[in-house]
Amino acid sequence: MNSGGSMTLAILSNGTRKVRRSILPGFGLSLGFTLFYLSAVVLVPLAALVIKPWSLGLDGFWNVLTSPRTLAALKLSFGAAAIAAMLNTVFGFVVAWVLVRYRVPGHWILDALVDLPFALPTAVAGIALSSLYALNGWLGGPLSHLGAKVAYTPLGVVVALVFIGLPFVVRTIEPVLAGLERDMEEAAATLGATRLQTFRHIILPALAPALITGAAMAFARGVGEYGSVIFIAGNIPMRSEIAPLLIVIRLEEFDYAGAAAVGFIMLALSFVMLFAFNALQHWMGKRQ
Amino acid sequence: MTSYYRNAIDDPPLLRAAFTTMAVTFIGLFLLLPLVTVFWQALGGGLDAVWDAITSHDALMAIRLTLLTAVITVPLNLVFGISAAWAIAKFDFHGKSLLTTLIDLPFSVSPVVAGLVYVLMFGLQGWLGPWLRDHDVKIIFALPGIVLATLFVTVPFVARELIPLMTDQGRAEEEAAISLGASGWSTFWRVTLPNIKWGLLYGVLLCNARAMGEFGAVSVVSGHINGLTNTMPLQVEVLYNDYEYVSAFAVASLLAFLALVTLVLKSFLEWQYADEIAATHRH
Repeated sequence: MNSGGSMTLAILSNGTRKVRRSILPGFGLSLGFTLFYLSAVVLVPLAALVIKPWSLGLDGFWNVLTSPRTLAALKLSFGAAAIAAMLNTVFGFVVAWVLVRYRVPGHWILDALVDLPFALPTAVAGIALSSLYALNGWLGGPLSHLGAKVAYTPLGVVVALVFIGLPFVVRTIEPVLAGLERDMEEAAATLGATRLQTFRHIILPALAPALITGAAMAFARGVGEYGSVIFIAGNIPMRSEIAPLLIVIRLEEFDYAGAAAVGFIMLALSFVMLFAFNALQHWMGKRQ
Repeated sequence: MTSYYRNAIDDPPLLRAAFTTMAVTFIGLFLLLPLVTVFWQALGGGLDAVWDAITSHDALMAIRLTLLTAVITVPLNLVFGISAAWAIAKFDFHGKSLLTTLIDLPFSVSPVVAGLVYVLMFGLQGWLGPWLRDHDVKIIFALPGIVLATLFVTVPFVARELIPLMTDQGRAEEEAAISLGASGWSTFWRVTLPNIKWGLLYGVLLCNARAMGEFGAVSVVSGHINGLTNTMPLQVEVLYNDYEYVSAFAVASLLAFLALVTLVLKSFLEWQYADEIAATHRH
């Protein structure tokens, strides 16, 4: 492909293919710069992560991955992210439903607040949540009387990930919910369906792919989240220490290969899970 | 029976009340309360204490570093976003969807990993570490490392707004301009840019918010040197870990204020220019 422009293949009526070049300029320049920039900033550095752990040898790599501390950290990061994603799917649906279908007073404030976790730096969210849920905090005090300890426990990790993940679910469902044709619901209602039946058979199937996408995005973000979690988690090894923090600790010990091994496995697991989510979505799309 | 018909697709009042209460309580407890806490804790020490904390030497240096980082990274990612969207939206080529996926990749990578990869490359024991040390070039624990880590996490913001927007708009207008003899640059400035300006601003706004607020990636490469390599979010962490709560929340409240300004601008952009942005609003 030369720099003049890309080629568009057009199939002529007699079956021969004719190459049509776009008349717009700048294909070579823009694609070249894009590939160079992306490689320099993202792809080459990520390659370093893929290569580094093997300097430990296969046995060394395996030992890092199967050490109890690594396993506990991975279990917490992935487990808490999964629980938070599920909670966010339920509450995110309710929030999106209220925002789209009901005209509540102060609607725009609720709407703007949903984006807060995108805009608020994670460290700020982290110290705020930590002070809220500490034993002398506004929520931590009352909760401790009920026997629930949030700050400095795995539950604190879940709370932080619920905060950070909510907008992913709401913002993914919202446009789909707003675009749903109400005729289908009217038809179902006139044919005698209850509201619950209409929801179960008309609304939920249409919404399912967006729910899955939103949950997957919240989950992916939660697995890697650092700033909002470390302040409230207490970071007790084997109990409330998340995987990204373990990477930071290994780096502070100048154990680059150990840090890279944990980073590599996090990246690999995230890809497997995102792939699984995509497959699930594809399968559900086919079923409809 | 018309009233029955109308009610059929509306939710029963009880459900409506329950859902509304649930949504408002959830947003209040999980989103509003943390925000209120930041300002409350900061002001707990009085306005003077907040002012002293924000104007202390270390805090001012942190503010300077944060602004400097954003001033470098946002324009770079802006140029990248336009370039990527031009290539992807205006031309056909093999591997287009792969490229689009790769551009979004930083969103599925932990910020800590984003910092880690640069330490693996430029750190003392990294690939280029010994060479950099011999030539007295500092990347890790210095501004270049902070800029690189911030670039990594903010790469997709402008591109992901522009790609769907420019794909939707097609290429007919640009092709007309070129056919009439306009140069490539003047076509871009006079035809493309006016069509995408609000989407562009939207991407820049989100990119800037993340660049100024990034914590995980920057914390790995910064080294936490007071007054030198601490950005504002890192300064918050340092103060908080030193039990300087009022100062920590004072700097945090400045960041929270910035977040509020971002949200207001974002709502404004979405409300005013819904049509152009609707196509791009995919997250």
